Amino acid sequence: MQILRSLLFRLASTAVTLVGVAVIVFFVIRVVPGDPIAMMLPPGATDEDIARLTALYGLDKSIPEQFFIWAGGVLQGDFGTSITARRPVLDLVLGRLPATLELSIMALVIAVILGGVAALTGTRERGTKVEAGIDVANGMALSVPDFLWALILILLFGVAWPVFHISGRVTPSLDLPFVTNFYLFESLVRLRFDLWADIVSHMFMPALALAIPLAAIIGQLLKQSLKETMHLDYVTLARTKGYGENHVIIREALPNAILPTLTLVGVQFTFLIGGTVIIERLFSYEGLGNMAIDAVINRDLPLIQGIVILFAVLFTVVNLVVDLTYALLNPRLRNA
Amino acid sequence: MLDGRSQIRRKIGLRLWLSGGWLLILVLAAVFAPLLSPHGPLEQDLFLGRMPPFWVAGAEPGYYLGTDSLGRDVLTRIIYGARVALIVALVAGSITALVGSTLGLLAGYLRGWVDVVISRLIDIWMAFPPVLFSILLIAVLGPGLVSIIIAIVVIDWTRFARVVRAEAMAQGAMDYPASAQIAGRTRISTMIVEILPNVLPTIVVLLTLEMGIAVIVEAILSFVNLSISTDDPTWGGMISEGRTSIHQAWWIMVFPLITLFLTVLSFSQFGEGLKDRFDPVLR
Repeated sequence: MQILRSLLFRLASTAVTLVGVAVIVFFVIRVVPGDPIAMMLPPGATDEDIARLTALYGLDKSIPEQFFIWAGGVLQGDFGTSITARRPVLDLVLGRLPATLELSIMALVIAVILGGVAALTGTRERGTKVEAGIDVANGMALSVPDFLWALILILLFGVAWPVFHISGRVTPSLDLPFVTNFYLFESLVRLRFDLWADIVSHMFMPALALAIPLAAIIGQLLKQSLKETMHLDYVTLARTKGYGENHVIIREALPNAILPTLTLVGVQFTFLIGGTVIIERLFSYEGLGNMAIDAVINRDLPLIQGIVILFAVLFTVVNLVVDLTYALLNPRLRNA
Repeated sequence: MLDGRSQIRRKIGLRLWLSGGWLLILVLAAVFAPLLSPHGPLEQDLFLGRMPPFWVAGAEPGYYLGTDSLGRDVLTRIIYGARVALIVALVAGSITALVGSTLGLLAGYLRGWVDVVISRLIDIWMAFPPVLFSILLIAVLGPGLVSIIIAIVVIDWTRFARVVRAEAMAQGAMDYPASAQIAGRTRISTMIVEILPNVLPTIVVLLTLEMGIAVIVEAILSFVNLSISTDDPTWGGMISEGRTSIHQAWWIMVFPLITLFLTVLSFSQFGEGLKDRFDPVLR
């Protein structure tokens, strides 16, 4: 009962946040200098043409009026029409969303693997040079943001030793049989491992750049929690029972130590998704973020609105899922 | 135990010295840029385009780190780029700290409706992708140094507000603010005289970290070409230009990138070092 009530409260406050985001973005971008209509028309267009097109996109009305028309449309699933692409914003945005989701999830998986291995190795080798080395690597990885890691990776594995693709999502000359935009997933389902390998080779560098800072955070926090757990009596008991160090760390300590890391990963995952904007740009990866920057440069107001709202929804949904998982996993909250 | 503590302290000391040293070099380079630079930052010589750094065969004497496609000296532009980076770091960092900490203090100490409003604002801000938000703001404000600073303040104030709010809340729950009020202080004066000094170390640490972030934001915006005019040397702009000719002239991108990397790393390590130094358990 309690959990239902707090869930409803969360949903309501999420709705308020989304409305806030919508209002802010709507008014901010309407102050953008540069007339999108003038950019669409060829030189020599008459005033009449300009007026007609302005009316077509509803830009002749007052800003609050425009907002309510737009918000009314959004509630019915209509995000307006992109000015540059002249297609429904929702189609464009949903067409790019899979690319960004696949990239983010791949980055998350890499971060969890790297961070997990670092934490477990550091715990196993605690007090040795290995642990000190892991600490230094974590500190470095944490201090430098994804943007710089991306540039460094491009230099190292794109230029100096070109083993990965550093531009695009898939080699353009390849014939793609896909019906969805989840290329990575669909190539697996279709058992087209040649395509899958090509896609992974394109995704790996941007995903790794996004993953490095998160991996460091996971590594540091999980190691910290593991260290605290290793001192508890039940772990000592497991050890006196004769279990090996690996068993003690992974089977006994880890399940209890993992909870704080899990919450943090959730919050950090939203930061990672936010990071895709610039990383996609750097790697010319055809995702939502890259489209967003183009939209800003082209003053495509409806498209900017749509993308920002979608990002905000994504963030809040991730946060909601994390909170729910936490409530389900933490026995102390289960009946609260 | 005691031994371990002194070891940790030595490690913190080394970290502070190394990162502080690099930052000091940068400050000196920025201040004395005209004296230190072998050339002018905008000085072009199209006959000397893409000259390699001094240890590579074919280097032009006097251009230690080579030249870019327009024949401008890379070292000079890195030194002048330090000016932009440090101005952004100092000004944007301080204003962000001021705005964010003030709102955080008010929310955390006064509580009530003030807290409700500020916390709600923080929630809304957290739902924006920050890079996209900053690009959007620069599009609104127009390119330029002032726009970058405003964009950083508008986007990053929540970093301070969130942490300071939590700290102020914890401090406010203790006995000493209540005693101060019984002794006749008003709430606002208690907040400034009693709470603020206890939150200040946290703000200083956050400020150092924020300076590193500001440098990165400036670089990202120069990279997307929305920063200050392209003639003025910025590290981000240099990296962006260098990337297009990376296969022919790696040095145009690599040197500004190394500088940016060391600077961001130093700000962050300096902040972390300060945090440990302020930590009463380690002191």
